[in-house]
Amino acid sequence: MNKQSLGIHMKDTIAKLISYSSKVLPDDIYTKLEELRAKESDRLGIIIFDTMFENQALARKLDRPCCQDTGILQFFINCGADFPLIGELEQLLKEAVVLATDTAPLRHNSVETFDEYNTGTNIGRRVPNIFWDIIPNSDACEIYTYMAGGGCTLPGKAMVLMPGAGYEGLVKFVLDIMTSYGLNACPPLLVGIGVATSTETAALLSKKALLRPLGTHNDNKKAAQLETLLEDGINEIGLGPQGVSGSSSVMGVHIENAARHPSTIGVAVNVGCWSHRKSHIKFDKDLNYKIISHKGAVL
Amino acid sequence: MDKRILTTPIRSEDLEDINIGDIIYLRGHITTCRDVAHRRLIAAGRELPVDLDGGAIFHAGPIVRTVEGTEDKFEMVSVGPTTSMRMETFEKEFIEVTGVKLIVGKGGMGERTMKGCRDFKALHCIFPAGCAVVAAVSVEEIETAGWRDLGMPETLWTCRVKEFGPLIVSIDTHGRNLFEENKVVFNERKEQAAEKICKNVSFIK
Repeated sequence: MNKQSLGIHMKDTIAKLISYSSKVLPDDIYTKLEELRAKESDRLGIIIFDTMFENQALARKLDRPCCQDTGILQFFINCGADFPLIGELEQLLKEAVVLATDTAPLRHNSVETFDEYNTGTNIGRRVPNIFWDIIPNSDACEIYTYMAGGGCTLPGKAMVLMPGAGYEGLVKFVLDIMTSYGLNACPPLLVGIGVATSTETAALLSKKALLRPLGTHNDNKKAAQLETLLEDGINEIGLGPQGVSGSSSVMGVHIENAARHPSTIGVAVNVGCWSHRKSHIKFDKDLNYKIISHKGAVL
Repeated sequence: MDKRILTTPIRSEDLEDINIGDIIYLRGHITTCRDVAHRRLIAAGRELPVDLDGGAIFHAGPIVRTVEGTEDKFEMVSVGPTTSMRMETFEKEFIEVTGVKLIVGKGGMGERTMKGCRDFKALHCIFPAGCAVVAAVSVEEIETAGWRDLGMPETLWTCRVKEFGPLIVSIDTHGRNLFEENKVVFNERKEQAAEKICKNVSFIK
């Protein structure tokens, strides 16, 4: 294939993946929700879980977005420096978003700031959001897609703690968000926490934490231990599905971390709702692809 | 227990024996109505393009498509609730001015809405959020579309629904508020959880 046909192929594949991921939840999320439903004993919690599973079945059957808020599209790319479409990729992703908006169909969610109008295409200034990591000596390209809905974007918060506040300060920062905004962000939530030096480094890590497969832990033992402590702690608060109370408040807590300045602890929280619409795809240099997040998906 | 179904137009007395935590369903009409529509009516004093007296509103921004071969007939693809708390500033006055009886959304609402529901007899309910196809298939027809200049999410789509639900009552007409009552319990448990976790995180030595 020449470069132009490779480009068309990649755009079509991404558009189909966006559309698919707006209708079908990734394997790790669906499995976790089944596990949580089996454990739920609250009367209202059970009714909500039943409606959730009925909804996912209907969305599949009728081929419709399972949640009406299909979000702002975000892409996290690990792109090989030798990937043949590295220069074209941003434009291809934009075109894929426009295409999927029409074919899925997706809700129009891109509002230009200051001029305050909805573009009607889901693209806009710096939207979709694209975050790059360049991988040396590689000709492959790995893309995570994420639909950042309004409800689960609202609780997002970042701040810089003084070291005197310690990790105890971080724990309180996270828990306060859970009982204020988290309640309305469609629990059971996936909680992403970034620990770094400043607001933007922590914030980016907190979103990347949401893309890690559920059930995996931070490779630092202490961070992994804190993930478990927070998961158990937030579940003990008993927010329950949709915050109406129940045993399942979170699907998981993921921490991603970086080194910090001696005088600061940057912390950030991003949450994903139960309808966590992410996907993960890997392309080789010939644009053969493998979908990691949804086994058996046919685009 | 029989399914409790409210039918529009809803009268104040229909709501008397309904309490927080109850499950109800709606038959009749419901209009999507969110941020800008509330702002236009209450802050800018504009007249709503739809009569809501005895009616129901849905804090929601749907995905709608035109019915093939037509220009002004619409089909509900996917519709679910958005965060109700964003409408808190306006909702009490909104209930008073419109006579709306049922507000459906996501998450809790505050003190002012509770007073509006108590004084003017209305309910706030939540529909399980993220269950947008379940909601969409209960829409029989989109009858009107008001203020289309607001774009797809904010247009006032008036829908005829059959047994729309389950709706969990979060604010009733008696001054009770499920989410506010839960919050008290959640905050107590949060303190306990924080204390327990903090014993294990003294990493800075």
